[in-house]
Amino acid sequence: MKIAITAYGESLADAVDSRFGRASKFMVYDLDKDTFEIVNNSQNLNAPQGAGIQAAQNVADLGVEAVITGHCGPKAFSVLKAAGIIVYNTEAKTIQEAIQLFKEGKLTNTGSPDVDAHWV
Amino acid sequence: MKIAVASGKGGTGKTTIAVALALAADEPVQLLDCDVEEPNCHIFLSFNTEEEADVEVLKPVIDETKCINCGRCAEICQFNAIVNLKIKTLVFPELCHSCGGCSLVCPTKAITEEKYRVGILQKANSIDLEFAMGKLDIGQAMAVPVIKAVKALADNNKIVIFDAPPGTSCPFIQTVSDTDFVILITEPTPFGRHDLSLAVDTIRKLGIPFAVIINRVTAKENLITEYCRQQNIDIFLQISEDRAVAEAYSRGENLLQAKPQLKTVLQDVIIRIKNILDPGKTQGGC
Repeated sequence: MKIAITAYGESLADAVDSRFGRASKFMVYDLDKDTFEIVNNSQNLNAPQGAGIQAAQNVADLGVEAVITGHCGPKAFSVLKAAGIIVYNTEAKTIQEAIQLFKEGKLTNTGSPDVDAHWV
Repeated sequence: MKIAVASGKGGTGKTTIAVALALAADEPVQLLDCDVEEPNCHIFLSFNTEEEADVEVLKPVIDETKCINCGRCAEICQFNAIVNLKIKTLVFPELCHSCGGCSLVCPTKAITEEKYRVGILQKANSIDLEFAMGKLDIGQAMAVPVIKAVKALADNNKIVIFDAPPGTSCPFIQTVSDTDFVILITEPTPFGRHDLSLAVDTIRKLGIPFAVIINRVTAKENLITEYCRQQNIDIFLQISEDRAVAEAYSRGENLLQAKPQLKTVLQDVIIRIKNILDPGKTQGGC
């Protein structure tokens, strides 16, 4: 099973990016093989609108079953939901920690966006 | 002749002066309130709306029985308003800019464009002043389509005064574009000066002639006169800070009611603009 985590850097010790739409990268982690790859999301950094939607489309194309991030707005959430991807929110400081919490079943899946619609 | 009254900083006196200018003019004039997010010219004019019309834009609707989820519509959309998820295609109408690209590229004609109301146009007439305003519906984010609808009412046989929105972003640019002259209203404060410089830079890029009116002046030499001197910008008028004007404003009275002596001064502003635009044909005036 593969999951995507919004990432500030390219290693497990790096921080989880608390934003979804404007995160510069995703780490796509393969839980069965314990390997990962980094996917660029930086086209959204300067997008005037629709960054969350675009990021969700990118994630849907990656074939992951879940996304771990800090916060996710309503439009991005609706795209992920339509793609059958579950969103988990975390305040874990590092990607390593977030993955560990996920494996232990300790992350919350609230089933809804956790922030209002926003532009930046 | 189309004159836009704009600023940079909000609250400098655009509407106050646009209304006064329109009332002072001694020839047929049209006042168009393009500040569609918060129109307020009508507060200072004493007549009622005669005509109303919806402002509509087109938004795509996908017929799922015809959609093959090829993704071409999502690919062409620059505004991230359409998402293709292989098994279904989602539309976010609030992000759509109505470019029509999606419906053009759809290979199965699954996309129709449907009317979507975004605001309202209101028109009123009196003997020598024709007035119209646009109002963006609450909850809508894009002012530009409503501003376009207001500007479409401009009568080229009259002096048309556009009351612009504050700031220097899309609504301002949509309002001042294709006008003959822009009057920038500012105040002698650090914010006034800063935001004026942003408006000046933008108007210079647009290539429209402009000049400045300084409102609420206490000293004849001030931050704005200094800036305009450095930048070689014409100052048409400095209006003194006067509590009587604020009191009149709070009663919904226009500037000419508070200061009738400004009528001839504002008529001179119009003559001055005409002379700048058509120097060969110098107008008379006091």
